[in-house]
Amino acid sequence: MKKLLFITTLIGCTAGSAFAQQAKSINVESWCGAYSKSEVEAYNKPFTEKTGIVVNMIDSDDPQTPLTAQVRAKNVSSDVFDIEVAPAIRLCDEGALVEINPDDLPPAPDGTPARDDFLPDTLHDCAVPNILWGTVIAYDKTKFPENPPTKAADFFDTEKFPGKRGLPKNPKRTLYLALIADGVPADKIFETLDTPEGVDQAFKKLDTIKKDVVWWEAGAQPMQLLADGEVSMTTAYNGRVFDAMVAEKKPFEVIWDGQYMDMNMFVIPKDAPNPELAMEYVKFATATEQLANQAKWISYGPARKSSAPLIGKYSDGVTDMAPHMPTAPEHLETAVFDDPEFWADHDAELTERFNAWLAG
Amino acid sequence: MANTLPDPHAAIVIDAGGVAPDGQLNAADGRSISRALGRSQRAARRRAFLLVLPLLLFIVITFVVPIGQMLARSVYNDGFSARMPAVGEWFAAHPVGTPPDEAAYAALVSDLAKSAADKSIGVVGTRINYDYPGTRSLFTSTGRKVDDLRPPFIETLPKVNAKWADPALWAVMREASRPLTPNFYLAAMDRTKNDAGKVVQVAPQQRVYLMLFLRTFILSLVITGLTFILGFPIAHLLATLPTRKANLLMVLVLLPFWTSLLVRTTAWIVLLQQQGVINDLLVWLGFLDNGSRLQMIYNRTGTLIAMTHVLLPFMILPLYSVMRSINPSYERAARSLGATSWTAFRRVYFPQTLPGLGAGALLVFILAVGYYITPALVGGSSGQLISNMIAVHMTETLNWSLAAALAALLLGGVLILYYVYDRLVGIDNLKLG
Repeated sequence: MKKLLFITTLIGCTAGSAFAQQAKSINVESWCGAYSKSEVEAYNKPFTEKTGIVVNMIDSDDPQTPLTAQVRAKNVSSDVFDIEVAPAIRLCDEGALVEINPDDLPPAPDGTPARDDFLPDTLHDCAVPNILWGTVIAYDKTKFPENPPTKAADFFDTEKFPGKRGLPKNPKRTLYLALIADGVPADKIFETLDTPEGVDQAFKKLDTIKKDVVWWEAGAQPMQLLADGEVSMTTAYNGRVFDAMVAEKKPFEVIWDGQYMDMNMFVIPKDAPNPELAMEYVKFATATEQLANQAKWISYGPARKSSAPLIGKYSDGVTDMAPHMPTAPEHLETAVFDDPEFWADHDAELTERFNAWLAG
Repeated sequence: MANTLPDPHAAIVIDAGGVAPDGQLNAADGRSISRALGRSQRAARRRAFLLVLPLLLFIVITFVVPIGQMLARSVYNDGFSARMPAVGEWFAAHPVGTPPDEAAYAALVSDLAKSAADKSIGVVGTRINYDYPGTRSLFTSTGRKVDDLRPPFIETLPKVNAKWADPALWAVMREASRPLTPNFYLAAMDRTKNDAGKVVQVAPQQRVYLMLFLRTFILSLVITGLTFILGFPIAHLLATLPTRKANLLMVLVLLPFWTSLLVRTTAWIVLLQQQGVINDLLVWLGFLDNGSRLQMIYNRTGTLIAMTHVLLPFMILPLYSVMRSINPSYERAARSLGATSWTAFRRVYFPQTLPGLGAGALLVFILAVGYYITPALVGGSSGQLISNMIAVHMTETLNWSLAAALAALLLGGVLILYYVYDRLVGIDNLKLG
C-alpha cells in the first residue's frame, strides 16, 4: 500500500512538473520553408533566450486554414498565427481575434511610437504586420542567354521567350499579372477587376498561355519546377527566389516589374491557450531589431520604418540585402498592392470562375 | 441460488419425463427449454455485443457523427439568420414580393448595429456573399457607420451604399433569413435562384461542378477498366505459378502497395515530367527530338497513369484470392469435353473470377471517385477531380456548406452505385480475400 502511494505521488509530481513546463511554452503556426526558418532564427531563439519561454513552431501551407478550423471547432490549440491581411481582417470582423492596441507595441529605438513607426496603413485592429513580401516573376538565366525578359508582359510572350510558365492555381495571384501584361497600370488593377469586362479581359489574356502553364499550389513548388527545367519562367514569392539564388546558387533572375505586394501579420485567436505569453511574443517579434534581423535570413521587407536602416548583409556575410528587398524604392514603382477588401468580397466568386476556366 | 442462471449445457439435458402436461419440452430443472436456450443465447449475445462495443463507439464517433454533421451543414447555415433576428421577423411577417418598407430598414439597422457591436458582422456578410458576391464589405463597412445613422432609414441607409436599395440583395437576405436552405445543393449542381425565386443555371463561365462530377465518374470508370486489363493477367499468373515463385512476384505487387502514396506520386512526377526520366530516355534513344518532348504529366494523362498505378493492388489482391480457390480441374474437364482454350476460359474460368472482379472493381472505382492527392499533384488543370474542388472550398474559400453539399452528392452517387451493384451482381458475391 505504501509503495502504491509512493508511485502515485511520483506520477503526480512528474505530471505536475510536465504541466508547469507546458505553461512556459507557446505554439506559433506559420508558413514552412525558408520563411519559417527565418522566424525561428530572428524571433523564436532570441525570445526563448530572453524569457525562457519555449516557442513551438508549427508549419502549414497556409496558417489561416488551421486557424479558421480551430476557431470554428472552438478548440484553439495555438497561441499565435502568422497569416495574410485578408484573413486577418475577416477573422477580426468575425470576432475571433484578440484586439491589439498599437500603444502596447514597443516604440522605435529613437522613441517614435509604434503607431507612427509601422508603414502607413499596415496596422490593423487585431493584427500586427511583420513583413512585406512580393510575388515576382523568376526565370532561368541559362534559358535566355541573350535578350533576357525584363517586363511582366514578357511572361505572356512564349514566342520570344519559349518554355512553359509556372503560375499559382488561384485567381488572386494570376489575374493581376494578366492585366499588368495587358497594359493596365498597377494602381488601376482592382478598379478593373471590379468590372465584368475587366475580369473577362484578364481571363482572355490568360487564355493566350493556358496550354503552356504548369500550375503550382505550395510556395516551394515553383522553385522546384524552375530548377527541374519544367518551366523557363514562373511567378514565385520573392524570398523563395532569393533563397534559391543565393543560398542554393541557382542561375535564376527576378523581374520586379509588376510585383504583387502582400503583407504577413501576427494575430492571436481569442481562445488561445496562453494569450498573455502570445502577446509578449508578438511585441517582441515585431520590435525594430527583430524585424531587421529577419531580413538577415530572408529577403522580405520589415514593416517598420526604423528597421530599414538596420538591414545589412545576408547571413552568409557577403550578399547585400537591400537590392533584394521587395520594398526597395525602385521595386515599388510598378508594384500592385494587395487589396484585402476586394478579395474578401470577390474571392469566392473569382475562385469559382477561375476553376471553371481551368477545368473548361 | 434458485434465481441464478442454470448452466446452459445442463439446461439442454432433457429429463426422462421432461414433457410437461401442456406439451412443452422441459429441462432437468423443470423450466421450459426454449426459455433456457433463449436466456443462454442472450448472455452470449450480450458478451459479443460488449466485444464489438469499442468498435461501434469508434465508428459512431469518428464516422457517423461527422458525416451527419457534414450532411447537416450542407443544408443548414445560420450565419445570417442567427445574428439578424429582427429583419428575419419582418420577412416572416411579409410575403415574398413585398418591397421593404421603413420597418424593414429599421429592423435591418438595429440588427446591423447589434451584430457590429458583438463583432459577428463578418459572419453575416460572408453568408450573404456566398449568394451575392461583392457584398461582404457592404456589411462590414456599413457596420462601422451604423451608429451614426438617423431615421428614416429607408433613405439614409442607401446613402451609405446604394446596394442597400437593391431588390436582389433583399431577395438574398430573405433566403438567408431561414437557416435551412437548398441553395448550397443548387450551387453544387451549377444552379442558382434568380430574382423571381426560380431555379436557373448559372452563367456559362461559372459552370464547373456538373462537368467535374462527370469527369470524375468517367475517369474512375476508365481507371477501373485499366486496372482490370493490367491486373487480371498478373493475378492469374500469381495464382497459377508454384508457391515460391508466386510469393516472390507477390512482393513486387505488395511493395508499392506498402509504399506511401505521396512517395509513389512524386516518383511518377520524376518519371513523367518533360525533363524527366522517360522523356530523357526517349530523346537519348532518338525517338523524340529535344524540342518535342511528350507532355505526360500535369494533365489528364498524368492523373490516369498515376492513379492506375496507385490503385492496381486493390484490383489484383481480390482477384488473386478468388483465383487461388478456383479448382483447375474444371477447366481441364471443359477442355477434355472439346472446348477450345478460349471457350474454356470464357465459359468456365472467367465466370468463377467474377466475385473477385466485382470486389476489385467496386474498391477501385469508389477509391478513385474520392481521390484527392494524386490529381492535385499530377493533374494540372485538366486532370482535376471533384474532390479537389471540395478541398478548395474546405481550405481556400472556406465555404464549408458548399463543400459539404458537393461531398454529399458524391456520397449519394457512390451509394446509388452500390445499390445498382447489389441488384445486378449481389453484394453477397463480393469476395475480398
